[in-house]
Formats: sequence, C-alpha cells, structure tokens
Amino acid sequence: MGTKKIKEKYDNKPTTDILNKADELGLTKENLIEMYQTMVEIRHFEEMATKLYALGKVHGTMHLSIGQEGVAIGTGTVMRDTDYLINHHRGHGHFIASDADVNKMMAEFLGKETGFCHGRGGSMHIADISANNLGANGIVGGGMELAPGVGIAIQMKKTDQVALVIFGDGAANEGIFHESLNMSAIWKLPVVYLCENNHYGMSAAVEKVSAKVPFTHRAESYGIPAYFIDGNDALAVVEFMQKAVNHARSGLGPVFLEVETYRWMGHSKSDRNLYRTKEEIEMWKKKDPIKRFENLLLEANLIDKTQIEEIDKKMEKVIEKAVEFAENSPEPDVKNLTEWVYA
Amino acid sequence: MPEITYREAIHDAMVEEMRRDEQVFLMGEDIGVYGGAFGVSAGMLDEFGPERVRVTPISECCIVGSATGAALVGMRPIVEIMFMDFSMLAMEPLVNQAAKARYMFGGKAQVPMVVRMPNGSGSGAAAQHSQCLETLFMHIPGLKVVAPSTPYDAKGLLISSIRDLNPVCFVEHKMLYKSKGEVPEGEYSIPLGVADIKREGIDITVVTTGIMVHKSLDAAEKLSTEGISVEIVDPRTLRPLDVETIAKSVKKTGRLLVVHEAVKTAGWAGEVMASISESPAWDYLDTPMRRLTGKDIPIPYNRILERAAVPQEEDIIREIRAVVKNEY
Repeated sequence: MGTKKIKEKYDNKPTTDILNKADELGLTKENLIEMYQTMVEIRHFEEMATKLYALGKVHGTMHLSIGQEGVAIGTGTVMRDTDYLINHHRGHGHFIASDADVNKMMAEFLGKETGFCHGRGGSMHIADISANNLGANGIVGGGMELAPGVGIAIQMKKTDQVALVIFGDGAANEGIFHESLNMSAIWKLPVVYLCENNHYGMSAAVEKVSAKVPFTHRAESYGIPAYFIDGNDALAVVEFMQKAVNHARSGLGPVFLEVETYRWMGHSKSDRNLYRTKEEIEMWKKKDPIKRFENLLLEANLIDKTQIEEIDKKMEKVIEKAVEFAENSPEPDVKNLTEWVYA
Repeated sequence: MPEITYREAIHDAMVEEMRRDEQVFLMGEDIGVYGGAFGVSAGMLDEFGPERVRVTPISECCIVGSATGAALVGMRPIVEIMFMDFSMLAMEPLVNQAAKARYMFGGKAQVPMVVRMPNGSGSGAAAQHSQCLETLFMHIPGLKVVAPSTPYDAKGLLISSIRDLNPVCFVEHKMLYKSKGEVPEGEYSIPLGVADIKREGIDITVVTTGIMVHKSLDAAEKLSTEGISVEIVDPRTLRPLDVETIAKSVKKTGRLLVVHEAVKTAGWAGEVMASISESPAWDYLDTPMRRLTGKDIPIPYNRILERAAVPQEEDIIREIRAVVKNEY
C-alpha cells in the first residue's frame, strides 16, 4: 500500500517568491487574490457536496476534487473564454475555475430544471456548450476521443483557439490515449493534454497498473513536448499551461502536461479508502495547494489573516446561495422526459 | 434520368454537399489517393484537398470520437468506416458520446455527423468483414440508422443524413456498390424516416432493406407468374422506423414477411413484427407474421456456405409461398 514517487523531480521550479513569479507570468496582485478566492470557492463547493450527500439530498454520485484545486485554478487562469474545455468526471473544480455559474452547477448536482443540463446530466455531465465547456465525461478517456476533433475544427476554421482536454492517470491506460495523442501529433492539432495524476484510478495505484511512470515518456514517444509538474503549486501549473497553450496556439501542435496532485476524498460515494493508509492521506494534506498558496500570499504581505477569513466567509456564502438557488428550483417536468433525444 | 451506380450516388452526394457547405468534410482510412476500400471517395482528394478529405490512422475509436468532437463545435463530419465490422472499435464514441451528448447536456448540444459503413456478405470476406450489425445501432436512442437499397435512395438519403443535426449511421451494402439505377440530375433529398413501396401488391407485405430488396423484387417477379401478388416495403430508415407505412401495407395484404440479412436473434425483423402486433394492423393479419433472416452464425468463408448463411431469392420465394398458402 502507499504510493511511490512518480518521478524524482518536477520540471518546474517550486514557487517561492510569489510576487516575482506572478510578474514573470504577467499576473497582477488582484489576479493572485482572485485565484486564491476561486480555490477557496472550489473547496467550499466540494465540501458542500459532501454535506448535501450526507443529508440525503443528492440522488446520484459525485467525484470530489478536494486537494486538487491547484490544477483547476492553474488551467482556468490561463484558458481564454474562447478556448474549449473538455473535462473528466472529477470536474467541478475546473468548471468553477473557468467561471462557470455555481448556481447552475449546484442545481445540476441536485438534478434541478435550472441546472446546466436541466437535471439530465448530474455532476458527471455538467457542460455549458455555449461557453465552450464541452462537458465532464462519465467515460474514462472519453474526452480524449473528442479532443482531436475539436482541434480539427479549430484548424479548419483557422481560429487561434485551443482545446484543453483534462483526464486522469486512469485514462492513460485506455487505448484511446494512444490513438488520440498520435492523431493530434500527426496533424499538429491545437490540443493541450493535461493528465491530472492524482495517484489513483479509483483504487488502483498508478504505479501498480502502469508499466512505466510518469506518462510523459509515452507522450514524448509521439514527439509531443511533455512536462511533469507539481499540481499543488498553482503558479507552476499556470506557468506550464501558458507554455503549452502558447505552443498549441501558434500552430506547433499538441503539448502534454502531467500534473501530480492527490485526491483527499474517496473516488466516489462508495469508497471506504481500503487501498491507502491514513498516514498517506495526512501526508498529502500537508501539501494542501490552497494553504500553500495562502502562505505565499502571507509571506509577500498580499493578504492578512483577517482578509483570509473574509474570503473564506464570502465564498462559503456564495456556495450557500448556490444551494439555496438549487433547492428553490423546480424539479424537471416528467412530461418533458423524452425531449432532446434528437435535435 | 441518367443511370449511375450506388457507389457513384454516394460519391456524388458527398461531393455536392461538400461543395455546398464548407463545414462538411470526410475522414477515414485510405479515403485519399486510394479512393476508399470500395472506391467511393475516388477523386475527392484532388478536388477538396487533404484537410477536407482527411486520411486517418487506423484508429476507429478516435476517428468517430474526433468526428463527434468536431460536430459538437459546429463541423459536419462524414466518417467512412472501411467495413461495418470495424465500427465495433468505435462503439464507445458512437454510443456513449455522440448519441448521448444532446440529451445528457439538456438539449444544448448537437452532433451532426454521418458514419458511413459498408455491411453485408457475398464477397468471401468471412466472419469479420461481412456482418450486418445495424440492429446494434437501432437500439441506441440518439442515433439514426439509414440503409438505402438503390442509387436514388442512397443519394437522397445521404444528403438528408449530412444535413441532419444528429449522428446518423449510414449503412451501405457492399454488394450494391456496382448496382445501377436512375438518379435525377438536379438537387434532391429524401427525408429520413419515410419508407418506400418498392413494388405494389395485394397478397403479402415483404418488409426488407438493402440487397434483400433486390432479391425480394426478383422473387416477387417470379411469384407473379403463379398469381401471387407481393408488396415490397423498403423502410430505407431503420431508426426512426416508418411503422405507419408498414402497417398500412399489412392492413391491405393481411400478411407480413420480414426479410433481412442480419442474424435472426434480436434482429430488426423482431422489432417490425412487434410494432405490427401492437398496431391496429394486427387485426388484419390472416396468417402469422414470419421472418426470414440470416442464420444465427458468423459468416463463413466458403462460397457455398456463405451463400447458405443468408436469405437467397429461392428462400424468399419458398417463404412467401408458405405464408400465402399458410403451409409451413
């Protein structure tokens, strides 16, 4: 039991001086506070999800991303509104980080008519097509099927958009991983592949089910530039996302980022954590991406304890309001059950 | 009207739609210089270039997945799957992505995509290159299934399929590619979900698609000399299925035989018969409904065995006689 190190060293340098780093990345102090705030918002959303589940208010399942907020904010900060997001099943964080309306997200989570998908999709299928958010996906590797096609469309329309496809370490062992990377590489498609390696595909430890880690080796074998990044260092994610997105946007083809992080909670509601130790979970909790960012902000005097508390309260309120909105929303009408099968 | 082949009809539909709409493009294996395994896309690379006649790696899952992705963001891809059998490698994107996107995203997505796939036996290609798997796709809400039998239908239905906003499985019988038929010169289309009476008759309704339409027409011609008048209904689209036209015909003839090349168990003949048993046409039946289908076996290689595995003209004649005379 327990996870081994995936790789000795990250390709990024750890963020130590946040102001310096922000300067390099073209981020303002306001951007940094906003990033922090959004991470706190994601954490509150996920904690609220657990709470609602415990209260018996959630009909289906959920896949929580607590502990992985650094990845979500790192992607959301870099992607433009016009870019495409193709997400995986543990996708709440990335959507919030890309400015999705948390009211509609919460309503979808509770299966209400006002949800993004009118209660037809639930947590696993939250999408906002009009905002180029092409959906979370219930099939491991499902997004990797779609991504080259979105890249083809961008290439044919001659726009400077980018498609970001996010998948987990589990998806790296699906056959589509090979097909998708190969296809994007041969046509130099504007696709950024982000493997969010949180060490476990459900209960399977990544090094036990993968012949070789990290997966950057596999991407490199297709001639795709690949980097192994500390996903709990939000600014490191921003830095390499910028690099990747610029590369893809300039028509140079796909980039592969493997971003290491850790899932604090179980895979889904049925998980009893039989496959890992408490010590391991505690060890990763000490690497909390939010606390880490917070400490950097404190060290740089960009924020103080009072402001931290205020942000926490404010974001808690935002999520409570989302629950209120969702709970006050109507259930979908059964008379529309068979609508939307066909366009 | 000029006569062209089934292959030319499909080719022409793609070319005309690609000229009309820049969003339409073709992707698949060996569809470029090679012209496709059955020559359907011959010459298209020269006219449209490698971006719109996109030769893919042998990656069926990613081909259909990519087409789905492209369709979700506004393109209108046509995919050529070399043999329908290979579509099994693409079931995941077809069934779990393309067919579901609209519904599970609350009616806000659309996937205008056509997946062309040649089906059928008769070419000695054996078990993995000869199947008729259309029933698998009929079972999936969100997919449409089209199976033309003539050049006229092939062209008109493919144009409608390309313009449709949903994922369409377009099933081409590989032994029909060389068959000829009249096709008008100007633009036309045939709506999906509308059956066609291929021959009028009064004694029995035969419902069939693809190559079996031709075998049934030949059978009907021979039976007419015995005084048996056969009506042949070609649904042309299997999902949505035009039950109304079939039921109307059954009410007139009082007898129903469904003929398909696909294997019997859970084949679409069962769906047609169940639909009739649920409809008012049931009361008009003079004899039990019957089905004549492929045997419940993989397609064998040997010429004699292969021929025996699926309905032939003589089998259809025998079966029609049996139904009409109520002698089994």
